[in-house]
Amino acid sequence: MNKILYKKQLSQNVFSMVLEAPLIARERKPGQFIIVQLGGDFGERIPLTIADADAEKGTISLIIQAVGVTTLRLVNLNVGEYVANVLGPLGHPTPIKKYGKVIGVGGGIGVAPLHPVVQALKAIGNEVKIVIGARSKELIVMEKELRVIDPDLTIVTDDGSYGKKALVTEPLKEACETWKPDLAIAMGPPIMMKFCAATTRPFNVHTLVSLNTIMIDGTGMCGGCRVNVGDETKFVCVDGPDFDGHLVDWDNMMLRLGTYRAQEQEADHRCRVGLNK
Amino acid sequence: KERMGIPAQEMPAQDPAVRVCNMEEVAIGYTENQVRVEALRCLQCKNRPCVQGCPVSIDIPGFIAKAAAGDFASAISILKDSSLLPSICGRVCPQEVQCQLTCTVGKAKKDIDQAVAIGRIERFCADWARENNAEPAMEIAPATGKKVAIVGSGPAGVTAAADVRRAGHEVVMFEALHKAGGVLVYGIPEFRLPKAIVQKELDNLTAMGVDIELDFLVGRTRKIHDLMDVDGFDAVFVGSGAGLPRFMGIPGENLVGVFSANEYLTRSNLMKAYDHENAQTPLFHSKKVAVFGGGNVAMDAARTAKRLGADEVYIVYRRTEEEMPARKEEVHHAKEEGIKFLMLHAPVEIVGDEKGKVAGVKLITCELGEPDASGRRRPVEIQGSEKIYDFDSVVVSIGNSSNPLIKQTTPEIEVNKWGNFIVDEETCQTSMKGVFAGGDIVLGAATVILAMGQGRKAAKAINDYLAAL
Ligand SMILES: Cc1cc2nc3c(=O)[nH]c(=O)nc-3n(C[C@H](O)[C@H](O)[C@H](O)COP(=O)(O)OP(=O)(O)OC[C@H]3O[C@@H](n4cnc5c(N)ncnc54)[C@H](O)[C@@H]3O)c2cc1C
Ligand SMILES: Cc1cc2nc3c(=O)[nH]c(=O)nc-3n(C[C@H](O)[C@H](O)[C@H](O)COP(=O)(O)OP(=O)(O)OC[C@H]3O[C@@H](n4cnc5c(N)ncnc54)[C@H](O)[C@@H]3O)c2cc1C
Ligand code: SF4
Ligand code: SF4
Ligand code: FES
Ligand SMILES: [Mg+2]
Repeated sequence: MNKILYKKQLSQNVFSMVLEAPLIARERKPGQFIIVQLGGDFGERIPLTIADADAEKGTISLIIQAVGVTTLRLVNLNVGEYVANVLGPLGHPTPIKKYGKVIGVGGGIGVAPLHPVVQALKAIGNEVKIVIGARSKELIVMEKELRVIDPDLTIVTDDGSYGKKALVTEPLKEACETWKPDLAIAMGPPIMMKFCAATTRPFNVHTLVSLNTIMIDGTGMCGGCRVNVGDETKFVCVDGPDFDGHLVDWDNMMLRLGTYRAQEQEADHRCRVGLNK
Repeated sequence: KERMGIPAQEMPAQDPAVRVCNMEEVAIGYTENQVRVEALRCLQCKNRPCVQGCPVSIDIPGFIAKAAAGDFASAISILKDSSLLPSICGRVCPQEVQCQLTCTVGKAKKDIDQAVAIGRIERFCADWARENNAEPAMEIAPATGKKVAIVGSGPAGVTAAADVRRAGHEVVMFEALHKAGGVLVYGIPEFRLPKAIVQKELDNLTAMGVDIELDFLVGRTRKIHDLMDVDGFDAVFVGSGAGLPRFMGIPGENLVGVFSANEYLTRSNLMKAYDHENAQTPLFHSKKVAVFGGGNVAMDAARTAKRLGADEVYIVYRRTEEEMPARKEEVHHAKEEGIKFLMLHAPVEIVGDEKGKVAGVKLITCELGEPDASGRRRPVEIQGSEKIYDFDSVVVSIGNSSNPLIKQTTPEIEVNKWGNFIVDEETCQTSMKGVFAGGDIVLGAATVILAMGQGRKAAKAINDYLAAL
């Protein structure tokens, strides 16, 4: 049982939450995630990235985008209530090394998991440039925190309501041409990561992406999270979640993410009707 | 002897047409009358060949004699002397290759189906004890001040935990999932092993004072070193199972609609996704399912698919029914339920449609050649015999390997080339001091009773080890 200590709505669908989870807070490293199950026999298990943690206070923070039944149930819990099951930290941490120049690209709530990674990279002496993007202004999260790391942070929105009207790939391409990064890190929706990888490929800039396939156990037991990387099948929960974006079979991964879309939409509809929304 | 004339008692079972529409247990269990009649069929052989067939050497004629007399309380106490989980083993042991294989009655009648139904009698006694609150009390020795960590809550872990706790040690069991029980809970379906039975065994453990910590992945949440060096555990038992599904490496294996049996069964069993009204975990709606493999896991996946509403389910197996490793009773039940068997066929490719979904499976015909290392005749592919069959889903059930996580985070533990922990045969001790292991992590994918047997062996060695500290 993990107590909810803090909850804040960041935009219409996006919430930030802080949970009590002392063991996870102590062990976790940037790039790792947890699996949450909301209790009872019927709850599903979903993965969420650990956006930040405080080992001393024994807390972890999450940024959650309510997109369906389980994320909705989660963000409808209040401070003082409990998340029944939290397993972690899972996956390999993002390798924090001296690369030289690193460009971090975050899309939508992918900005949240990007934060601890670029923070750690900067702390050990990498030069860090950050690009964040979202559909519109109210979906831009964590701008303040990221500005601490890169004061010249670039912001783009699809509709031009904030920053430049562009996709993240535009400033990324520019940076590849002029700034010549040694490493790119892209976190966000699969389609964004796919195009980031396509953008850096001609420049031969090694590009790490953090994959978000469908998971159940998060321990390597079910194989549901598998993706093609190069010529191999990898389990994202135990082999990843970070992979070389140039080797990922994006189209297959995106198709697999849609495996249950029909059922999810039906369930989501039922759930919202139930909540009287 | 007149006993030889007593007819073997049929196990009452749900009607196949009814049971494919529910998740309830297929085999209903003997009546008291039946169990006493079946028990009378036992000849009480002096040389006890059945006992040699049982991996934990249950005093089989002993408990059967009590059952024949209607003294189920004594029967259960004999059973519990050797096996912690008779209600489970009575249901899932492959009796026809263990205790019942060597039974004199079956031998005399030259028919394994005529052997004394040891497992069914065992099951009855255990169910009777549970339902009548007549389970023998577990005595627990005075506290020793020693602490033991058990990693994994499958049959190996449960058995080790109980035996170590009985010696008076403090026991904490760590389980990665949000429910304890291991494969008994996430793998074997409700219709074969009701989860309430497993839960009762876990409740018994809790009542003995074992602390079960869920959502705790040893290697990630804490490492074995932390448990021993920082958290004060004096010994560790690893019963982490063989939960790493194998795939075949054929083209198309990552198409939408291809699942490992573990995923398929976990969604249905652990997450209760079969309960469409209540469950939040979705299930793939299949019409025509191919299940690759011929073991218990394949049977469970196929029969689950049927219950989840598939119109047609095929078991695709490279050899023939003779070589199939599944329990005989499960194959029989599967057939009754309309599962089709495509023997002597091996998958070479899974074919997708333009949306990346499974559209068919390319199979090649095989014939049986010379026996291989397992002693079974090896399937030999007949070149040029490939054919594409229509399917919309595939469940791969060709076995599991061991999860490498603990090895990766505890390099001192030596493993073989398949990643199984190498342990001392007698003590189940690993190459790391104070760390013991048993069950599928040592044996590879094996059986419940073998996992239990190792849990018990290891517990004894742990108790000795702690006594000498
Ligand atoms: C490693 C990892 C880290 C993630 N981190 C975050 C995060 O920090 N914040 C956040 O908001 N989201 C994160 N996600 C995505 C999040 O897990 C899904 O949005 C969530 O599972 C959706 O569940 P639902 O029931 O609310 O919606 P549904 O309507 O059931 O699903 C919506 C979509 O989410 C995906 N999805 C469904 N079930 C799962 C599942 N069990 N596992 C993974 N994806 C699933 C599918 O593509 C589906 O179409 C992460 C995913 C992964 C794999
Ligand atoms: C579908 C299916 C059907 C089967 N049918 C039969 C049958 O009919 N008869 C039979 O005898 N056998 C059967 N088996 C095999 C039998 O279930 C196994 O041999 C047995 O369960 C092994 O027991 P175990 O205790 O070693 O491991 P498991 O039962 O696998 O339990 C291991 C547990 O450890 C947990 N774990 C793993 N790693 C960690 C970690 N690092 N930290 C914390 N927890 C961890 C896992 O989550 C799991 O709960 C079947 C198996 C399957 C999959
Ligand atoms: S434990 Fe299994 S092998 Fe042993 S007697 Fe019981 S059913 Fe037979
Ligand atoms: S071998 Fe068969 S008949 Fe003989 S004691 Fe064992 S169960 Fe009874
Ligand atoms: S989530 Fe099950 S293996 Fe990765
Ligand atoms: Mg969902």
